[in-house]
Amino acid sequence: MSDHEHEHHEELSFWRKYVFSTDHKVIGIQYTITALIFLFFGFTLMMLMRWQLAFPGKALPIIGALFGPDRMPGGIMLPEFYNQLGAMHGTIMVFMGVVPLAVGGFGNFVVPLQIGAPDMTFPRLNMLSYWCYFVGGVIMFASFFVPGGAAQSGWTSYPPLSDIATQGQTWWLCGMMALIFSSLLGAINFITTIIQLRAPGLSFFRFPFFVWAQFVTSFLLLLAFPPLQAASFFQLMDRIFGTSFFMPEGLVISGELSAATGGGSPILWQHLFWFLAHPEVYVLILPALGIVAEVIANNTRRPIWGYKSMVYSLIFLGFMSFIVWAHHMFLTGMGSSMSAFFQTTTMIISIPSVIILTALILSLWGGSIRFTTPMLFALAFLPMFGIGGLTGLPLGLASTDIHLHDTYYVIGHFHYVVAPGTLFAMFAGIYYWYPKATGRKMSDFLGKLHFWPSLIFMNGIFMPMMIQGLAGMQRRLYDGGEIYAHTQTALHWHKVISISAWGLALAQIPFIINFFMSLRNPKTAGDNPWHSTTLEWAAPSPPPHGNFTELPTVYRAAYEYSHPDHDEDYLPQFQADRQAKPAAATT
Amino acid sequence: MSMAIPYTVEPRPDTGLNNVKIGIWLFLASEVMLFGGLFAGYIILRVGSTDWLPGSHFGLSVPLAFTNTLVLITSSVTMVMAWASLIRKDFSKYRLYMGITVLCGLGFMVIKYIEYTSKFSHGYYPSTHIFLALYFTLTGLHGIHVIAGMSYNAYLWGPGAKMWETAPEQFTNRVEASGLFWHFVDLVWIFLFPVLYLL
Repeated sequence: MSDHEHEHHEELSFWRKYVFSTDHKVIGIQYTITALIFLFFGFTLMMLMRWQLAFPGKALPIIGALFGPDRMPGGIMLPEFYNQLGAMHGTIMVFMGVVPLAVGGFGNFVVPLQIGAPDMTFPRLNMLSYWCYFVGGVIMFASFFVPGGAAQSGWTSYPPLSDIATQGQTWWLCGMMALIFSSLLGAINFITTIIQLRAPGLSFFRFPFFVWAQFVTSFLLLLAFPPLQAASFFQLMDRIFGTSFFMPEGLVISGELSAATGGGSPILWQHLFWFLAHPEVYVLILPALGIVAEVIANNTRRPIWGYKSMVYSLIFLGFMSFIVWAHHMFLTGMGSSMSAFFQTTTMIISIPSVIILTALILSLWGGSIRFTTPMLFALAFLPMFGIGGLTGLPLGLASTDIHLHDTYYVIGHFHYVVAPGTLFAMFAGIYYWYPKATGRKMSDFLGKLHFWPSLIFMNGIFMPMMIQGLAGMQRRLYDGGEIYAHTQTALHWHKVISISAWGLALAQIPFIINFFMSLRNPKTAGDNPWHSTTLEWAAPSPPPHGNFTELPTVYRAAYEYSHPDHDEDYLPQFQADRQAKPAAATT
Repeated sequence: MSMAIPYTVEPRPDTGLNNVKIGIWLFLASEVMLFGGLFAGYIILRVGSTDWLPGSHFGLSVPLAFTNTLVLITSSVTMVMAWASLIRKDFSKYRLYMGITVLCGLGFMVIKYIEYTSKFSHGYYPSTHIFLALYFTLTGLHGIHVIAGMSYNAYLWGPGAKMWETAPEQFTNRVEASGLFWHFVDLVWIFLFPVLYLL
């Protein structure tokens, strides 16, 4: 790093260049690294829980004693600590892992490059956005060490439980406020940048699909998060000033009548929470679809099939995602007419998702596929996201959801979407854009060593959960369902899942080695190592401050691969003239 | 090598807007959703309540709130006048109108303070009743917005006004953006007043 610093010695100090930077690329990398650390941390919490589920009540060997008597006395996990791990695993993975990686990391680094912009429109807000995220992360992390530990009411923080929970819940709410503020600043910045800073010639329908995905995602973040902020204010008032927004009358806690005045509604929280959290599901998946589209076009060497229908589907999906939220609440007794409405909208929203996925699968047809590491992850994404999406249909219909709600089936379903789905797309993106960010390619061998075990273990984790859930095993059980008669037939799967989870952790070692060792790769990648068509590859690798040596002009749509009248199999957006096939002209 | 970010001041020809204006409108859209969430909470809690009590039960003063409404509307008018003065390159008029805008914001908060303390003196706290919980939360969050807008306007009146010498166009844009936010804060109160005091 210090050598690097000497090279670019010009005007900025180390702190302004690498820590409090306003450069979208540095901020993107800061986001990426912080989010990867949080993903690893959130995964670690889950690995601890998997011990308790596979071997309930047994002492965790070696490291168990490190957690102290108020978490794991004698290495045996307390139920309170299990609840903390569960709540914080969800919170960290969604709000501090996947979304910051997908939007803050990839969005920040790639979007300005792909639209030919020198930076984001509001660079200082961009920096503020990262630091709000950082502060939110610190608050969430610190909450493990306050009296009573971290939040214990699930990542959904349902009241009245969350209203009367220990101090950690207040920290959770404050952390969420910081994270919401961060995503708000980011969303404003992305939308303005995409509208205003497009390079000459870059009309909306010449955007790479990834830019479209980030554009729609930003609207979801902008408009869906504020109601959760309102709900968080309500819950903070409940917890600090003793109001009863979410406390019903006559609530009995541990055999005693609650002192709260009542008049509130626990369902109100659920409505406000899911008004955010359903669009949030699309925030998790849309950038992933964007990355997969980029990687597939590049590695099949042909244009994306049905680009326009994908874009229209994306926009429609964005609108619809605001009116499906109560399909998470079929069991609340909100009434069958409400359920009928929300299951109808839910079935409708599956149509654009299927269109996008189908278009991506059809894009493979007749392509000359290069099985590079990013392509392997992108290819695996398709069936994994497909399984995740299709297993969601029974959950979107009220009658089948009654059986499946709150079982391991739900966990299996959304993890298929987010883990081997979104996270695989994120890995594809890291392998794909790493040469742009560092000037070096990652090792293909280590990449494959990362990919194949990850694919196997991911399925080893989440497929058995479907079986357990169909058998009726409830989620969030401290003992993994040991005491229930009806779950006995599915109990043994816990060990399979846990061993797969630890295997998945081992499978990440090649990735970590690859991530750091490739920085020292003596071979430079060049500006356009994948022979790609989009604008980010017009910039030097790594791009300097201000990105482009000269402002690029866009001449054509995003994915002109294997053009019949061109002598190479790719025709970049930024290349003025196509060359006639027979002539081997130089540019 | 490093290029300046375009359209910070002048509008982009094909969109007809500069960056700041898009940014502030997007921000206001998210603010609409924030207060939308709060008002949705109000509606659901009121409709579902078995012992709803109106504001008059807790002695909420309509004359004071009406005065506050007038104060905020006045400040919105002077805010526009301040911006219009800059368009006409009349900086001293700008100072005058912006000063009045800030003072109106201050006046609003003073009246709000009087209202709050009178509630507290009668033993009415957020925890007393669900209506008061809504009243204090909604007006409290609105109050935070008033303070934020007022502080930024005060900055534009005082130290921030130096920009008029160096970059008058950019300064005018800032005043315009701040004005849009201020009108929004005003508009929220226009909804809060009938919802909490009259209905």
